[in-house]
Amino acid sequence: MSDFQIKKSPTVYDAIVVGSGAGGGMAAYVLANAGQKVLMLEAGQYFDPRMDSHQLKWPWESPRRGASTTRPFGDFDASYGGWELEGEPYTQKNKSEFEWFRSRMLGGRTNHWGRISLRMGPEDFKPTDGLTDDWPITYADVKPFYDKVDRMIGIYGTVEGIESEPDGIFMKPPKPRLNELFIKKGAEKAGVKVITGRGAVMTESIKGNNDRAPCFYCGQCGRSCKVYGDFSASSCLVIPAVKTGNLTVITDAMVREVITDKDGNAKGVSYVNRKDLQEYQVSGKLVILGASACESARILLNSKSSAHPGGLANSSGVVGKYLHDSTGAGVSGFLPQLMDRKRYNEDGLGSVHIYSPWWLDNKKLNFPRGYHIEYGGGMGMPSYGFGGGVSKINGMVPDRNGKMKDAGGYGKSLKDDYRRFYGTGVGMAGRGTAIARADNYCEIDPNMVDKYGIPVLRFNYKWAKEEILQAKHMQETFLSIMKEMGAVVTSEIHGADTNYGLLNPGKIIHEVGTIRMGDDPKKSALNKYCQAHDCKNLFVVDAGPFVQQGDKNATWTILALSMRTAEYILAQKKKQNI
Amino acid sequence: MNRRDSIKALGLTALSTTVLIEACKQPETKTEVAATAEEPVKEAGREQWEIDRDKKLKSETFFTKHEMATITVLADIIIPKDDVSGSASDAKVPEFIEFIVKDIPEHKVPMRGGLKWLDIYCFNKFQKSFVEASDKEQISIVDEIAYPKKARPEMQAGVAFFNKMRDLTASGFYTTEIGVKDIGYAGNTPNQWAGVPDDVLKQYGMQNVKI
Repeated sequence: MSDFQIKKSPTVYDAIVVGSGAGGGMAAYVLANAGQKVLMLEAGQYFDPRMDSHQLKWPWESPRRGASTTRPFGDFDASYGGWELEGEPYTQKNKSEFEWFRSRMLGGRTNHWGRISLRMGPEDFKPTDGLTDDWPITYADVKPFYDKVDRMIGIYGTVEGIESEPDGIFMKPPKPRLNELFIKKGAEKAGVKVITGRGAVMTESIKGNNDRAPCFYCGQCGRSCKVYGDFSASSCLVIPAVKTGNLTVITDAMVREVITDKDGNAKGVSYVNRKDLQEYQVSGKLVILGASACESARILLNSKSSAHPGGLANSSGVVGKYLHDSTGAGVSGFLPQLMDRKRYNEDGLGSVHIYSPWWLDNKKLNFPRGYHIEYGGGMGMPSYGFGGGVSKINGMVPDRNGKMKDAGGYGKSLKDDYRRFYGTGVGMAGRGTAIARADNYCEIDPNMVDKYGIPVLRFNYKWAKEEILQAKHMQETFLSIMKEMGAVVTSEIHGADTNYGLLNPGKIIHEVGTIRMGDDPKKSALNKYCQAHDCKNLFVVDAGPFVQQGDKNATWTILALSMRTAEYILAQKKKQNI
Repeated sequence: MNRRDSIKALGLTALSTTVLIEACKQPETKTEVAATAEEPVKEAGREQWEIDRDKKLKSETFFTKHEMATITVLADIIIPKDDVSGSASDAKVPEFIEFIVKDIPEHKVPMRGGLKWLDIYCFNKFQKSFVEASDKEQISIVDEIAYPKKARPEMQAGVAFFNKMRDLTASGFYTTEIGVKDIGYAGNTPNQWAGVPDDVLKQYGMQNVKI
């Protein structure tokens, strides 16, 4: 007799949610709070920021002093994952260099994200330049859900009245740091608007929420927050949803496929347990995918059946296509005026204090869509790499006696330089709209499976002139801001050979669009409620449904759309339509 | 939670404080329990492979005694004791360098080879290894490799090694309690951020800049 068996659970859940990040977390939260019996499958291990965050640790508490050897964003960063996962490869086609970041943990990538929370605007949903497809929904459709997310989770910011950058329901924002005042002055001279940042950090308490405490300004949101002062799907959605008694979470559950019945409806999910490597099947009345844009596409493409020969929800053939990540490029340097600056605690909060929303008219430019600018710098906590730039720049400015000296050095004078330059750093990075194109895609690599035997993704992604010219404009803008603020640029200035510093696709970790929604089932996988055209009891709640991302970071829109989908599910259940 | 009902301690609300203290306690308790039961060591917020990897790296030795002695001399030349703080070796920088080359193996060959280069160069010049050379002799060599733009072209290998040594020393020093205090980093503690202090705003003429 064979040892091999598939363990089938007799329970039939009202819904099975795959993935515990922003999308899966929100759907599970809404459904569990409405009394639905929900099962959540998370591919990674359990993570609760209250217990597992490295918040307030000192650099010496890491043997590698915070270096990014084992975690791409440093040893204290709240991510179990990275660009490469052992035994879970992905491949490339046509010399693509797509980089795919995965976090295998409860809450997924929301444990470490930048908390920058921007709404997409009316034109992001309905572009007026005719270059990309309309969403099947408008800003007005999503606005009430953005509002609810604001109230439920908490976001700081300021009301600005900019149409393309819709205001939310804001808590008080943090005050700017010193280098941010220099940025503001310099940017204004360069003709770039700077406004207060918008982030998912609770700067005030939320009435009736006793599980979360307001921000105490350690500036370490990337490590996740022990008092749940910022938004992680783990702390704000999944763990509270479990407390309702209606949500069961299974961790280390790596989903293989969605199982359908003979009519093509979803009836459950099969997964492999990463720890015991046994096979399991669970049953549900509906299946909600929130595994991330690419992972959900992978699951759908791997869910082939006679009813769905091209993969589930894929009669249109669009699943995997229209993959797009935000563009990204940056410039950094230092402010000589800030040398020998006074020391004080300026950690502030761990998301952006200021930013520049897109401020120009693309009709007058040689590229079609805009970008926003995020800024950084200041007296941060030293970690691995500290002082690495000092020996290169200490020959660029006069010493204490007004004399120029040779860069490099050693001894007491070098030690003094480390002090003099501390806190002078300044940098900026653009995050722009990349065009959703059918020929940028992920697909199943027919020749490779991961260590669980699941066929892996293969990426095909090329930047085009729309993105490259935008990156060129970013670099020119950043250099002009740096100049106007009197900063010295120390980062490399890129030319056409390196696409003006445009980072590889995937690098900004805003990848979206692989399971797009639309009114036409021939051209889209999902309807306007993120319900599969081909399979009425299948929904997608991550960034897969995005038709075209604006320059805004994806998370707030994922949350709003997932909440909207979950409410739609409840309404349809009431009408007994699903 | 109503902020007005909370007692503010250290700029924290009462709830924050309790939650934070509890949150900080738990991992320790967990570790103790695990340790007494002689189960695999668990650490909050770490994947098992990370814990195993650190344990393995710590059990290995890369540098020889002679290499460590040379690293110590160099580290203290780069960051000596001064009026503000102690030296690189006071902050255990050589021990950090021993760990980090195992953690980031691409440092291994340039460090081992660079140390060898230094000894050979010193031997050819003074007929002794670098650690055996006098302070004056050591500094004369360091002067030849510590200024990248000024160094003679044939010294490039030494310059590259010294750049790496300088960066690793700075990384190792400023990430210790001694180094953090020296550099004056004042954060990593619960507080209320009230913006740039008035005297600093005035110093830079930023009183009227509003976001």
